[in-house]
Amino acid sequence: MSTSTLELLPEEGLEPGFAAQVASYPGGEKIRRCIQCGTCSGSCQMSADMDYTPRRILAMVRAGMKKEVLSSQAIWYCAACYYCTARCPMGIKLTEVMFALKSLALKEGYVSLKQHSPAFYKSFYEVVERYGRMHEASLIIGLALKTNPLDFVGLAPFGLNMFRKGKIEILPHGVKNRQEIKALVQQVQRLEVR
Amino acid sequence: MRYAYFPGCSNHASSKDYEQSTQAVARVLGVELAELPDWNCCGTTGVTSVSPLLSAVLSARNLAIAEAQGWEEVVVTCNSCFGMLRRAGDYHRQDPAMREKIDAALAGVGKKWQGQTRVRHLLDILVNDVGLETIAGKVKRPLRLKIAPYYGCLLGRPRNEFEDSEYPESMDQLLSAVGAEVVPYDHKAKCCGGALMTTKEEVALRLCYEIIGEAQDRGAQVIAVTCPMCQLNLDGYQNKINARFGTNFKMPVLYFTQLVGLALGLRERQLAIGKGFVPVKQVINF
Amino acid sequence: MLEEIRIGVYVCHCGSNIADKVDCPAVAAYASQLPHVVVARDYQYMCSDPGQELIRQDIKELKLNRVVVASCSPRMHEPTFRKVCESAGLNGYLYEMANIREHCSWVTEDPQQATEKAKALVRAAVARVVHHEPLFERWAPVNPNILVVGGGIAGIEAALKVAAAGNKVWLVEKSPSIGGNMARLDKTFPTLDCSACILTPKMVSVAQDENITLLTYAEVEQVEGYVGNFRVTIRKKARSVDLNKCTGCGRCQEKCPVEVPSEFEAGLAMRKAIYTPFPQAVPNKPAIDREHCRHFTRTKGKCRVCFNVCQVGAIDYDQEDELVTYECGAIIVATGYGLFDPSVGPQWGYGRYDDVITAIQFERLVNASGPTKGKVVCKDGRVPERIAILHCIGSRDENYHPYCSRICCMASLKLAHLAREKTGAEVYNFYIDLRAFGKGYEEFYNRILEEGVNFIRGKGAEVTQKDGRLVVRGEDTLLGRYREVPVDLVILNTALEPQPDATKVAQIFGIQRSADGFFLESHPKLEPLKTATDGVFIAGCCQGPKDIPDSVAQGAGAAAEALSLATAGKVKISPVVASIDPDLCSGCRMCLPLCPYGAISFNEEKKVAEVNETLCKGCGTCAASCGSGALNVRHFTRNQILTQIEEVLAV
Repeated sequence: MSTSTLELLPEEGLEPGFAAQVASYPGGEKIRRCIQCGTCSGSCQMSADMDYTPRRILAMVRAGMKKEVLSSQAIWYCAACYYCTARCPMGIKLTEVMFALKSLALKEGYVSLKQHSPAFYKSFYEVVERYGRMHEASLIIGLALKTNPLDFVGLAPFGLNMFRKGKIEILPHGVKNRQEIKALVQQVQRLEVR
Repeated sequence: MRYAYFPGCSNHASSKDYEQSTQAVARVLGVELAELPDWNCCGTTGVTSVSPLLSAVLSARNLAIAEAQGWEEVVVTCNSCFGMLRRAGDYHRQDPAMREKIDAALAGVGKKWQGQTRVRHLLDILVNDVGLETIAGKVKRPLRLKIAPYYGCLLGRPRNEFEDSEYPESMDQLLSAVGAEVVPYDHKAKCCGGALMTTKEEVALRLCYEIIGEAQDRGAQVIAVTCPMCQLNLDGYQNKINARFGTNFKMPVLYFTQLVGLALGLRERQLAIGKGFVPVKQVINF
Repeated sequence: MLEEIRIGVYVCHCGSNIADKVDCPAVAAYASQLPHVVVARDYQYMCSDPGQELIRQDIKELKLNRVVVASCSPRMHEPTFRKVCESAGLNGYLYEMANIREHCSWVTEDPQQATEKAKALVRAAVARVVHHEPLFERWAPVNPNILVVGGGIAGIEAALKVAAAGNKVWLVEKSPSIGGNMARLDKTFPTLDCSACILTPKMVSVAQDENITLLTYAEVEQVEGYVGNFRVTIRKKARSVDLNKCTGCGRCQEKCPVEVPSEFEAGLAMRKAIYTPFPQAVPNKPAIDREHCRHFTRTKGKCRVCFNVCQVGAIDYDQEDELVTYECGAIIVATGYGLFDPSVGPQWGYGRYDDVITAIQFERLVNASGPTKGKVVCKDGRVPERIAILHCIGSRDENYHPYCSRICCMASLKLAHLAREKTGAEVYNFYIDLRAFGKGYEEFYNRILEEGVNFIRGKGAEVTQKDGRLVVRGEDTLLGRYREVPVDLVILNTALEPQPDATKVAQIFGIQRSADGFFLESHPKLEPLKTATDGVFIAGCCQGPKDIPDSVAQGAGAAAEALSLATAGKVKISPVVASIDPDLCSGCRMCLPLCPYGAISFNEEKKVAEVNETLCKGCGTCAASCGSGALNVRHFTRNQILTQIEEVLAV
């Protein structure tokens, strides 16, 4: 557990508006209904690897523990399998909330792009932004440049194998109308300002 | 039967074998798949984790293109595309604030979408539109394999009218109809880790180990999948799993289209069988 | 009507309930300007004695002949003010109520809008009351006999109480024996009384009571008539056994070759095709289940074993369903509950793993007369060393039933106690919240805690198998840790839900249902046993999940409701009924089939429709359908309603 001491929770460190901020994200509207039953955590195959269980993340969101939540490792362990969402007895879309938290952590600078998870998602986003479609080679290069290129040397044999089987494209085959994708990204950035 | 077809990024790259077998099987069954013009990435977990709105908008763009061409239904083969395109539709129909944003973004590029386009998985088309009886009637070589159908997450979750979120069975029925013996097992709708294989490899390896392990314990010779990501994780990483957990799995992981294609009398080459990492020869040699 | 119309208007503040939003003096001032209004006042509480007195004095001194009170819902105080008018010598129907609370002050935040709406409602009421006519209530006699439907503990209690008062009562039960769900329980919380030991004496009393006629294996098919004078049609299903001849010796059941999963044992044991559901059944005489009996399922080689072994000739294969009618003054519906089927949630493993069972199955397992003679064992005969009890399965869950089933918390504690007592197993209760609300319940919880039962605050999310053993996955939310608890037996404490045939039953008795599907009471607090249909009362779990003490209390309460009707001997019949103007009636007969109460008939001689005012309930269906405008419901005439609508919409 990351909280090593049980001190008084410092009220001045809490952000009372955090829950409202998360609730304003797609699928976040029902977080205030959580009864803390733990069905999400019990259904999550990644629970055991997380520093806070999904249920606890939601409790922390409601308590305004913005810094702790957005700096947590837990949110990067969500694989978006949607078990929590399917089973939640209160109809909370927790998978969507996890997307919101990752997005906020990136946007507000709570995580370093040196870390693999944030760097991966950011690189993925950038490839799609540029080409309109995924291109694995560009993704791995982007990821390696953000973090530590040496971490990805081990991937080389796997990549080579994929290439031999004709499963990796050297050049990206993006959408033709890339201007439109760029425009959509800009529209979304404008709509996301809150 | 004609449908708009959204192949998704993988079918043009890492899962060309899925694409090839899809087209081959569709041809035999008289299903015409018309690829959407200039489609884009659905957004999947990668884009959604950075911008939950952008992936909905990107997905909506594809569906707007389909709608403009007069299609009411779009067929996909990838579970993640299936989930993401449906997510855009669910938001558009159920969340007025999201609808407004999606519409505004699309309007910015001169596009419009009513939100009614139905997104369907190819498995659904085969089971419910073509029909099990029709397919069974066209079987040339009954499969006679013990298969563990693996559905993964997004075919039935969070929820849709096609599959059960906990215990899906449509692929069981389809593979039984083409002569296979399907093994029941608990992990059939569990998660393979998805993109975590790149970012949290330890976790994803464990999840895949559990899936393959149970399938093997139940006597399966092959795992059948409906998603490029599931295929890559279960197949491409099997060596790593063996190294990590001291196992000796040699479990071929094939797309359901490849298996159905075999039963329909198509050849391995036509179905791109053998493009996986785990050899299939000891199991499949027609 | 040449008499001058003189209206008094009274605007109630209802403390702050209305006055906080509505400017009451302004509304009164506005009303005083309206046509025919002689006086308009506002007052703190119109329903108080001084408030009532205001109206009474004005009627006398100002010679009012119409009264409008603007206050709460007519469901609350319409009778109050009607009586006030009558005590001052004014017919009670020359009064109209404007609802400026529920329809106005309570549903807005905006005082200005509230005041404007209140004025509109008062204006409409004033315009309407001009067209009111004096009406007169009538009295009908009440049949002292009473019908109780459902032979569970609530119905049994109701029947016994009615019989004790000396009234005749018919108790109708659809299964072959009374006893209901309580008969299947092993012990009851929090006292751990043996359920059968406290229930069977009451069952025997039912059988012995001369005032009670017991009809088992029977269902109500039709209810006609109205409060005080119901005529009920009951189908006595062919039992194929002559109850007068049968001695209950049991030989037929011994020899019957057909086995069927026992409903009473929740599928854990088999019963025969001819069967008595359980040893203490009342009546302790069997019935033949024709769906499974080989005499009825076969066309050739019909089985006659039971006929051949019966020494008194009680078996009668030719018996047919019999329709009987019963006339009574009041009806008590106590049809109980159904249980949620957990196999719709595959994550809990029910139906997939042998050792995942429901709470009612465990009750049978632990019961000395159950399928294992009270031995708690797994399917393969092992004694479980670790047992998990999962609360809230199907309850408090939007995917299934959003409501709390109330009894599962305490029942789970009881099962934990019994499991430990019988097996010494380590028991794990997965719960969301522990609701120990009743008398002695918190103390019972304390006792179970002391007994060493493990409590994990977190819902059991999933039951799976790991290395050949069942595993319950969930979060121990108090620790913030994910757990996988290996166990040998899982007990799912499933939700109580409406009976599968609740829709049909509600239709037959004219009962409404709440959103959760249970039967709806007249008022959630003050009329918990009454229904929308006068003279039809509800008791027990058909109204919503409840424990045994509450079910018994409701059974007795419903008996009191029915008896107060019967004892009064007469019942007031509302004059708000349909009437037909024979000069306008075209004789089209459109209204005849529409009347749900069969109150309209056709006079062949005069070629017009006629209303039986005793049967009519004033629902208005006929009036809405009448093309010639001949049909009107008194007090809700076209003229009255249209005037009101016009005025409320006038600016």
